[in-house]
Parts: sequence; C-alpha cells; structure tokens
Amino acid sequence: MESYSRRWFLGVSGATMLTAGLTACGSSDSDSGKSGGQLTAFVWGDDAAKIQEDAVRKFNASSAAKKTGGTIKLQRIPGSDYPAKLRTAMGSPSAPDLFFNWGGGSIKAYVDADQLIDLHDIIESTPALKNGFLPSIIQSGALEGRPYGIPMRGMQPVLLFFNKKVFKDAGLEPPTSWTQLLDINKKFKSRGIQPFALGGADKWTELMWVSYLVDRIGGPEVFRKIQGGDASAWGDPAVLRAAEEIKSLVDDEAFGKGFSSVQYNNGGASTLLAKGKAAMHLMGSWEYPTQLGKFKDFAENDLGWVAFPAYDGGAGDIKNVVGNPTNYWSVSARTKNREAAIEFLKTCASEEYTKALIANGDIPTTANAGALLEDSPNPEFAKFQYELVQNAPAFTLSWDQAVKPDWSAPMLTEIDKLFLGQSSPKEFVTALKGLK
Amino acid sequence: MTEPVTKSVDAAPKAGVQATRVGRPHASWALPGVLFFMFFAVAPMALAVYLSFTEWNGLGDPRFVGLDNWQNLVGDPRLTQSLTVTVLMTVVSWAFQTVIALLLGVWAAGKQRNRAILSAVFFVPFLLSSTAIALLFFALLDPNFGVIKGDTLGTTSGAFLAIIFVGGWQFIPFHTLIYQGGARQIPEVLYQAAAIDGAGRVRQFFSITLPQLRHTMAMSSVLMVVGSLTYFETVLILTQGGPGTDTAILPYLMYEAGFKSYDFGYASAVATFLVVAATGLSLLMVRITGFGSMRSVREGM
Repeated sequence: MESYSRRWFLGVSGATMLTAGLTACGSSDSDSGKSGGQLTAFVWGDDAAKIQEDAVRKFNASSAAKKTGGTIKLQRIPGSDYPAKLRTAMGSPSAPDLFFNWGGGSIKAYVDADQLIDLHDIIESTPALKNGFLPSIIQSGALEGRPYGIPMRGMQPVLLFFNKKVFKDAGLEPPTSWTQLLDINKKFKSRGIQPFALGGADKWTELMWVSYLVDRIGGPEVFRKIQGGDASAWGDPAVLRAAEEIKSLVDDEAFGKGFSSVQYNNGGASTLLAKGKAAMHLMGSWEYPTQLGKFKDFAENDLGWVAFPAYDGGAGDIKNVVGNPTNYWSVSARTKNREAAIEFLKTCASEEYTKALIANGDIPTTANAGALLEDSPNPEFAKFQYELVQNAPAFTLSWDQAVKPDWSAPMLTEIDKLFLGQSSPKEFVTALKGLK
Repeated sequence: MTEPVTKSVDAAPKAGVQATRVGRPHASWALPGVLFFMFFAVAPMALAVYLSFTEWNGLGDPRFVGLDNWQNLVGDPRLTQSLTVTVLMTVVSWAFQTVIALLLGVWAAGKQRNRAILSAVFFVPFLLSSTAIALLFFALLDPNFGVIKGDTLGTTSGAFLAIIFVGGWQFIPFHTLIYQGGARQIPEVLYQAAAIDGAGRVRQFFSITLPQLRHTMAMSSVLMVVGSLTYFETVLILTQGGPGTDTAILPYLMYEAGFKSYDFGYASAVATFLVVAATGLSLLMVRITGFGSMRSVREGM
C-alpha cells in the first residue's frame, strides 16, 4: 500500500501539471468583474487602440455617462490571442459588455448562442446611428440581414504597399500586371533586395496572397461558392492556378528565405519594408497607421501603395478588393447597462471620433467622413482607399472571417503548408476539398 | 571495511521498528492537500473527461455526442504525427538535459566557493517565466534582425532543435540542482576507499557517482518526461506548431482544437488522452527504475 500510494501520487502529480496547464488557458479572464454600472469593453490591442482609449476617456467624463450611470473600462487584448480570449470570456460569467469584432463569420457563434443584442431596432430608432454610417458598411457586418455591430474603425482593404525609395533607386515602377510583377522580382533580386516582405509566422498574412490571386485569376465568384460551404468549390481551376503561382514565388525566394519565422504582429514584416530590405508588402490598410507608429519618417515620405496587380488573362477585375469592410463594436445581451452602451456607440458616429480616426490615417465609415478626408495626415492615401472601396465591383471579406468557423483554422494550416512547400499545389487543393 | 557493514546492518532494522512504533500523523493532516488537489486537479480532469463525450464551442451548453470525438481522434492523421513529434521531443530533450544537468550537478556539488557562485548564476534561467524566455529566443532567432540570422524556425529540424534548446536552457538549472543535492549525499568514504584502491576520477565517476545517483536520475527523468509531455508555451510562442504542423506536439494540438477551432469536445478528448498517456508513462518509468520500492542505494554497504 505504501509503495502504491507513492507511485499513485507521482503519476497523478504529473496529471496535475497537465490540468493546471489546461485550466490556465481557460481561466485567463478574471479581472473584468463589474461594479455598479461599469461596462467592460474588449478591443484588439494594436497601435490604433489609442483612438478607442481616448474615446472611452472622453465618454466617461461626458454627461451621457453620468446620466446613464455607466462608465467604460477598456481592455486592450494583444494581437493574435484576441479571438480565443474573447471566446473564453464570452463563455464565462464575466463576459465583456462591448467587444471589437470583424462582423460576419467572426460573431456567428455568439449570435447562434443568443449572446448579442440585435441592433436593428435600436439603429432604426436612433437617428445618430441610423444616419451616422454608410448603410452598406453596417450591412456588411450583418448576419442574415440583422445588424449586430456598429462600425468603430476605418475600412481595411488589402493593398500592395511599396518602398518608394527602393523603387526609385532601382529605376522601377510598381507592378500593375502579374508579368510585370515577376519581371520586377527578378530585378530586385539581382540587386540583393527581397521583393516582398511577408510575416509568414502569422498565417493570415499568407492568406492575403491566396485570396487576391484567386480573385484575379478566377473572379470573385470562385470564393463566393466556397464561402457558401461547398467544399467541392475548392476544386475550381483558379485555386490550383493560384497555388502554383504561389509555389513558384516561394521557390523563387520572392518572400526571402526566412519568411516563415517573420511575424507581422510584432512588427517584423513592416520593419523589413521600412528599412528597405524588402521592396513590397501585401497588407491591410492598417499597415499605414502601423508604419506611422513605428517609422514616422518612412510612413510620411517613402511609403507607397497600389492595388494588387491584374493577372494576365484572368477573370478578376483589378478593381476588386479583398479585406475587411471595417471593425465593429457588438453589445453582449447580458450587459447590465444597455443605455450606457448605446450612448457610447453613438459617439462612434460623432465628428470628433471620425476626426480622431482620420488623424490616425484611418478612413472611417461614417457618413460625414468624405468631407473630412482633407484633414487626414495623408489625404492622398485616404482618398485612394476611399475611392478604391467605392469603385470596387466586389469586396471579398477576408477568407478566415468569411468561411464557416470550423474551416478557418485548417484552411490557414493548409495555406501555410503550401507556402512552406510541405504540400504541392495539387495536395493543397485536395486537402481543402476534404474540409468538412 | 567489515566494521561499517555490521554497523549499518544493525542500524537499519532498528530505525524501521522505531518509525512504525511512533506512528504516522493522523490522516486528517492530509485534508487541506487532498481538498486542494480535488478542486484544482481531479475536478477539472473529470470535467475534461465529460467534455470529451460532448460537442461544445465554448458558448451555451455542451451537447452529448457519445464516442464521436474519440472516433475522430483515433482516425486523425494529425494525432499520429503529433504523437511522433511528442515522443521524439521527449526523448531528445531527456538525453540533452540529463547529460548536461548530470555533469553540471556533479561539478556543482564540490564545496569550492567559485562553484557555489557559478551554480547560483546557472540557476537564474529557471527563475524566468517560460513565456519571457520564449519571447527572448524568438527575438534572437529573427531571421532578419536577430542575433542568429538564418531561417532557424522555418525549417523542420531547426524549429525542433530550437524548442529542445530553449527548453533545456530553462530546465537544466533545475535538474542540475537535483543532481547537486544527490551528489552531495554520496558518502565521502566511498571516494576515499576508491582512492586507496587506486581509482582515478573517471573511474570514480562511473563506479561510484553514477550508481549512487540512480534514484536521483529516476526522479529527474520522471519530471523531465512528464514535463516535456506538457510542454506548451515555448511551442506556442516560438513556432505555433510550425512550420506547417511539424512541431505541433499533443498539448499544442489540444490548444489548437480548443482555442483556434473552438472544438472543446475534441480538445478535451486530446487532453484526456494526454492524462492517460502521461500517467501510464510515469507509472511505467517508476516501476522500471525501481524508484517506487525506494530501496536504499546503500544496501549491502
């Protein structure tokens, strides 16, 4: 018995370490207890979160906050952990009252679980909200026509950013067609410059390449079918073609040798572009505020941008855009102070908030934004984006947000394997067709 | 040499008798520990076992699905890959850590002052959090701006060895401490006797130090093996299971199922499998090494 219990203890203490590890992942949120009318808000903690911090500070001091008896406590959640932390918090008794999201697929699970307030009636009965935003933007984040979010950041098309100085030194112009792109790659490589920065340690950066290539080769319909949940739609020849183009770019070292160890979230890829080690960077429009925060001089003088080039003979229009329409605040159905939450949402349509976003280089989706764009730190960039989105025949939502949630992680893994050369383009297509 | 032998043979039974007569503390003394253990280990474990039979996305109520998750687990090619990587990682890090910790520990057991100071310095990495260490090495290994330029984390063997190295860097100090303690327990007379018989340093190490450290090694090994089975933060931060899925060890597979795909049922099945595997493995190791019977290393001396 004596030796049994000791062995038992040893074995089980091993198991304790295990479960301790497991529960540590699950219980990371215990500090959001509410007192009185205080509301908790979760926001994606990147450089741009300072705008939301200011907005919250102003709201807490405002008369609306006093009237509704609610102040807001903003929690910045760092980068890629955000969705997991949000899910854990939403499944616990201490869910945030307000939270940042991407609309659409990113909130579907919460809507299915009846955890969000359907904002339709509130928007209709509140002029500040009803007339405050571009109607199409509120709709892009809606599910089955019901809006669950209020736009709170700028529009985020994915653009091909480039380093003007590097291009000028090489006497080159940014590409508008795929053939030009390949030609430019060759010239940069002979000068010892890596054509593209890519933060391949974050798989979603690789997704942007796949999304744009599939759009340019096969048109936006290809992904629309996939989005519908039909796995056989991955068999479209455009997906295979896109995968082959990516393979040849990777084999050609267009992304450098070490791209899979470079992160976007820690600024690695952006630094490559700013320091002139890489010539171009395919990234969401948030690259501009990111560069502005990290390398002010570069962002103001040498950062250029163009639309993703057309694919010769492809079906997709060069004007099509891939990216995120914007980010949204959604309100938890369990909030104790709904009035305060709605008062806060109204401030997102205010001119003051719009100006703050514009000053940070964002293009807000508020109705009054168009007239204010002149005040942007870079009106040229602001107007380029605004017009790009306005004139786009199709705006494809980022795939990882658009597909059904259980496809998202395996899809990103397969894309990563394609970039790493662990699966061939054919294996890539087969694996995606096998998604359940 | 006859005198010490008779002495110890005499002393051993006496001590044993005495211990039984004095008796053990009352069972209620174990209560706080048992309660703590029930609440923080047994209860979550039971919950994980329950969840492994359900489908749950983290919101609302889990739905009972019987053996679905377990069937998926058995047929999942990623489990096989993950298991291979986990076993490989456990074996390689055991070999790496044991050799270095053993040598360092024996060296540090000497009474010289410089050894005392240096062992204190060596111990520092163990005091840092694994997350901080992983972030530090991630920065050092950055292919463009790091100290070690090159695509270390982008290649399968590079990423694998980086994880082993970072884990070793952190945990070797701890095991060194265990070996240091073990080495200091070895009676000086053994070395004196060996010296008289003409044994050199190397011979003394292999014929006295190593056999005497048998139980220390068993304990350190169990801790290492169970530790590497639950190794997680370093993988999460350094490689995220990559490149591709090449370093996705079992705990990472569990994390990915739970917190990336929000399939907590499947994640719990992986977790339960891990508990069973880790418990079985440590029981097996304890039995093989004879650590459980706790026989004295000085038997027959």
